Amino acid sequence: MHASLPDVDPLIAQMAQAIAPTLTPDTALVGIHTGGVWIAERLHALLKSPQPVGTLDISFYRDDFSRIGLHPQVKPSNLPFDVEGRDILLIDDVLHSGRTVRAAMNELFDYGRPASIRLAVLVDRGGHELPIRPDFVGLTLTVQPHQNINLSRLDDGHLTLSLA
Amino acid sequence: MNVQLTPDGRLRHLLTLDGLPRAILTQILDTAESFMDVGEREVKKVPLLRGKSIFNLFFEPSTRTRTTFEIAAKRLSADVVNLNIATSSQTKGEAILDTVDNLAAMHADMFIVRHAQSGAAHFIARHVAPHISVINAGDGRHAHPTQGLLDMFTIRRFKGAFHNLTVAIVGDVLHSRVARSQIHALTTLGVPEVRVIGPKTLLPTGVEQMGVKVFHDMEAGLSGCDVVIMLRLQNERMKGALLPSAQEYFKFFGLTPEKLALAKPDAIVMHPGPMNRGVEIDSEVADGPQSVILPQVTYGIAVRMAVMAMLAGGPTA
Repeated sequence: MHASLPDVDPLIAQMAQAIAPTLTPDTALVGIHTGGVWIAERLHALLKSPQPVGTLDISFYRDDFSRIGLHPQVKPSNLPFDVEGRDILLIDDVLHSGRTVRAAMNELFDYGRPASIRLAVLVDRGGHELPIRPDFVGLTLTVQPHQNINLSRLDDGHLTLSLA
Repeated sequence: MNVQLTPDGRLRHLLTLDGLPRAILTQILDTAESFMDVGEREVKKVPLLRGKSIFNLFFEPSTRTRTTFEIAAKRLSADVVNLNIATSSQTKGEAILDTVDNLAAMHADMFIVRHAQSGAAHFIARHVAPHISVINAGDGRHAHPTQGLLDMFTIRRFKGAFHNLTVAIVGDVLHSRVARSQIHALTTLGVPEVRVIGPKTLLPTGVEQMGVKVFHDMEAGLSGCDVVIMLRLQNERMKGALLPSAQEYFKFFGLTPEKLALAKPDAIVMHPGPMNRGVEIDSEVADGPQSVILPQVTYGIAVRMAVMAMLAGGPTA
């Protein structure tokens, strides 16, 4: 099955509109590698946040490590601000089981105790396995368990969603 | 078949850098890079190896290597048990494989092995159950792969790449497992010129076959080098007939500021430790601006974390 999915840019613009009123100058945007970082960078530009974008690679916190091993390309996490006492907006491309978000929260707490964490995702595809729900969402879909939603970035920086 | 790799090419044990493909070496260095910041954080731990038991099996004494393996394992949240076997059951005559079997019965997941006998870690790796990994922390004159890797990590951090470097290894190459591991890694990673410098009595015959250039005097050997690696001169060598005296050795092969000036102005100086100041290296160089000897120690933790993490995860072969 090949479904046509909406353009990504309007979805991000709509998320930015919903996020803007809740943002304080102290709020830091943190993207989860790799797709979440792309979205975090877009949102950061739209929201004109004074804090630098943080990035998380959750490979060292995955709950399936002993089954599948270490991801061959781990990128360093980079949080260029103090996590202690800060409001964090955690950003990912697709919310599925919720396990990535759990791992990301575990990692954040190893940098300090944030005042709050909220979650923004481009797509909530359902199939949650943990009590984790997004605070901001671009698109809500119901996708069959065997299907995958992928965010990819073209050479010109354009983001596209595909279902396979 | 390479006992170090699984049939699908993943790292299974780390015993030697000889024969390990460049892709694996690069993957270890890249993974270590992402472990670097764990030591800087509020909580200096990641949960990767939670619930795993790692045994430091040291049949030969060591402080730095054992300690950095221990810290690395603890930063990965593993449980670590240190056994200095030179002083315990070995003196009671227990065979090495009996020791290993007993520890396996205590549900060990990984052995870090140092032994005075070349091949000891291989011997254990061939014996253990499929879910147990072995890391060689130095076996006789044969190999010390994590030291070789942390040296490569240090070079990459300070020099950025390998393809344009001239690297000299100076001193007792003959007895050095560190030098062997370094030479394998440097050539695999594409360093175009690897030199060994030392008196004839301390260079192995046929060392050229490892792809290195041989020099017997420092002036020619250090000229134009980007990286100078000094090896420890073991005091016991002095007692044999290999060298006249420590003073004599220092005069010809000790790294002084004057000799270092022959290398490139931005050359870095490395040493695997522990140093014999005034024998292979002058204090002014060891503590000088070109020395990266202490960063080597710090990087050793991240590199050992990377190796342990790559070995511990994934399905057993």
